[in-house]
Amino acid sequence: MAGQLSIAKALNEALRKSLESDPKTVLMGEDIGKLGGVFRITDGLQKDFGEGRVIDTPLAESGIMGTAIGLALRGYRPVVEIQFDGFVYPAFDQIVSQLAKMHARSLGHVKMPVTVRIPYAGGIGAVEHHSESHEAYFAHTAGLKVVTPSNAHDAHWMLRQAIASDDPVIFLEPKRRYWDKGEVGDAADLPLHSARIVRPGADATLIAYGPMVKVCQEAAAAAEEDGRSLEVVDLRSLSPVDFAALEESVKRTGRGIVVHEAPVFLGMGAELAARLTERCFYHLEAPILRVGGYYAPYPPSRVEEAFLPDLDRVLDAVDRALAY
Amino acid sequence: MTVKSTARARKKAAPGVPDNLRAGSGSAPELVQLLTPEGDRVEHPDFPLTATPEELRGLYRDLVLVRRFDAEATSLQRQGELGLWASLLGQEAAQVGSGRAMRPGDYAFPTYREHGVAWCRDVDPLNLLGMFRGVNHGGWDPNEKNFHLYTIVIGAQALHATGYAMGITKDGADDAVIAYFGDGASSQGDVNEAFTFASVYNSPVVFFCQNNQWAISEPTTTQTRIPLYRRASGFGFPGVRVDGNDVLACLAVTRWALDHARSGNGPVLIEAFTYRMGAHTTSDDPTRYRLTEETEAWKAKDPILRLKAHLDKEGLADEAFFAEVEAASEALGLRVREGVRSMPDPDPTLIFDHVYAEPHAQVAEDRAEYIAYAASFEGGEHH
Ligand SMILES: Cc1ncc(C[n+]2csc(CCOP(=O)(O)OP(=O)(O)O)c2C)c(N)n1
Repeated sequence: MAGQLSIAKALNEALRKSLESDPKTVLMGEDIGKLGGVFRITDGLQKDFGEGRVIDTPLAESGIMGTAIGLALRGYRPVVEIQFDGFVYPAFDQIVSQLAKMHARSLGHVKMPVTVRIPYAGGIGAVEHHSESHEAYFAHTAGLKVVTPSNAHDAHWMLRQAIASDDPVIFLEPKRRYWDKGEVGDAADLPLHSARIVRPGADATLIAYGPMVKVCQEAAAAAEEDGRSLEVVDLRSLSPVDFAALEESVKRTGRGIVVHEAPVFLGMGAELAARLTERCFYHLEAPILRVGGYYAPYPPSRVEEAFLPDLDRVLDAVDRALAY
Repeated sequence: MTVKSTARARKKAAPGVPDNLRAGSGSAPELVQLLTPEGDRVEHPDFPLTATPEELRGLYRDLVLVRRFDAEATSLQRQGELGLWASLLGQEAAQVGSGRAMRPGDYAFPTYREHGVAWCRDVDPLNLLGMFRGVNHGGWDPNEKNFHLYTIVIGAQALHATGYAMGITKDGADDAVIAYFGDGASSQGDVNEAFTFASVYNSPVVFFCQNNQWAISEPTTTQTRIPLYRRASGFGFPGVRVDGNDVLACLAVTRWALDHARSGNGPVLIEAFTYRMGAHTTSDDPTRYRLTEETEAWKAKDPILRLKAHLDKEGLADEAFFAEVEAASEALGLRVREGVRSMPDPDPTLIFDHVYAEPHAQVAEDRAEYIAYAASFEGGEHH
């Protein structure tokens, strides 16, 4: 399978492989059958695996999530597609009150191998409810794993690892990167919970995940022209966080900047900055800075550029960090 | 007006699924119809309607103008002026019929496709386009025309409508509410919870389900195995299935339902049996999931052609009338086109403008941060 694939195709291949390797794996969601999902991530799968494995569900997210929990109780491995980020909230109660807690409540007797795939975040000029970054809600809930890939290789392997996991995984797909292509190798080179240094550097560490990894790589490339060496770490997993990798990098560079699309206030960056400050205090040359969305609803598409962190906002934060 | 169900629709429907559930069928005996596809008036014992020639011409005018507005928006999307458009093509009669049944004090809660209802509520069509262009998330004052903001999260507005209706009861007012939603939405918990609340509080709300046969790629059989209007009986209120391509039947049935509701008899579910002629939205590709034969069969039931046939047959309108409607349609098209093209992008600080009704320190801080950041660029412009 190795070769250049778009993230969308890499995910499609991952679902196919998972369906092939485990007859208990089932896909569920709205429009995932004939249509192949609104982003075509499940394209062709119902044709090849049948309506019993790739299930077009009624239009009811709480229903989809709740029945997936029931199927998991019966020994199945459901992979649920939520059509867009903003439509997961009707299923939120099932996810945080039921799915996340079942293993703990049964003192480990019940496993919940459920994967919830959600195309998330903005940048595609969509209407309301189609650009939300809700990772903090899920990461805040113990019992869920939360992961998000940033490239085709990780998209493929992280999805396969997520489906194979016996714990529930919220699998966030950066929708504006679906069409980005990259090499997909034929093995997972990292465990699901690991962060990855995608660009080594010495002056500051940019910490990002999902759609913002590319922005940070571009910022690092631009900074290099000014003689600045930025390290870029792709978090990959938001729960658990690979703090060991972050700590090692930030101690080395002395500066950390967390970049995400979600509002900064009480976002992932708040947790990362607090812990890194606690753990790296004597190595820090500057406070850990955060770049992200504002404390406001995701705006109408004509002004989303002002809301989304871009290369300039990242470089501006780099300037501030280096000025200490 | 029997239409063969398509081969694929037949395959999709499991044994035991009533014929009248299948996409392409529209021959159910319980379908209330007052105007045949050929343009002939028929009587229904429960839903009599006397419409003057002037009223009939008015409905025709509405249908034509609403279709024109919709077509204009579709082409504006193709020209890149709108990010997305949800077309109502084929559903004009359901929307104009039910919209014209409302009294001024009644209140409508739409989804995202009720452009024809908005028209009847006298909402400026340009208001509807802001959200699809990406300059706002709604923007109009719902209380000005008693037409709520579009709701994109499927089914959520059914509960808002019910709560509003509960308020009407508390006020002892003589008004009623209509909640619009699709056949797909009937599966949502919110819609079923709305049925429960409306029923137990006997609220004056009419649930108007436009069964256009599809929820994106999923046929109605993926949502229900009984005709949708029959759901009502399980919740304890009446359900009626009306020919959704017959503007007269939609008018008569909705008028009855609103009066029923406002007279203290509680909710009604109307299932307008119709068809979405176009794509779900401009980003959808219906060739992946439905057959052109099915769409063709529904063309024969076109809501505008049938009213036109009636006006012609009965000699209720002359050339001058049709010419006037045509001219009005051209003028509307032009107004919409120019209006959209000159719709300015909002100032980015709009992001912070209405997050709270009262001052909020966090928003104020983020706003100041944004303004300082934008000002740091040459000329104060961000990009
Ligand atoms: C809660 C929620 N889930 C999914 C969607 C995505 N979505 C938008 S429209 C639609 C189909 C709606 O079908 P129906 O209710 O029949 O209304 P129609 O568009 O056919 O008028 C879906 C699944 C959504 N908007 N909200």
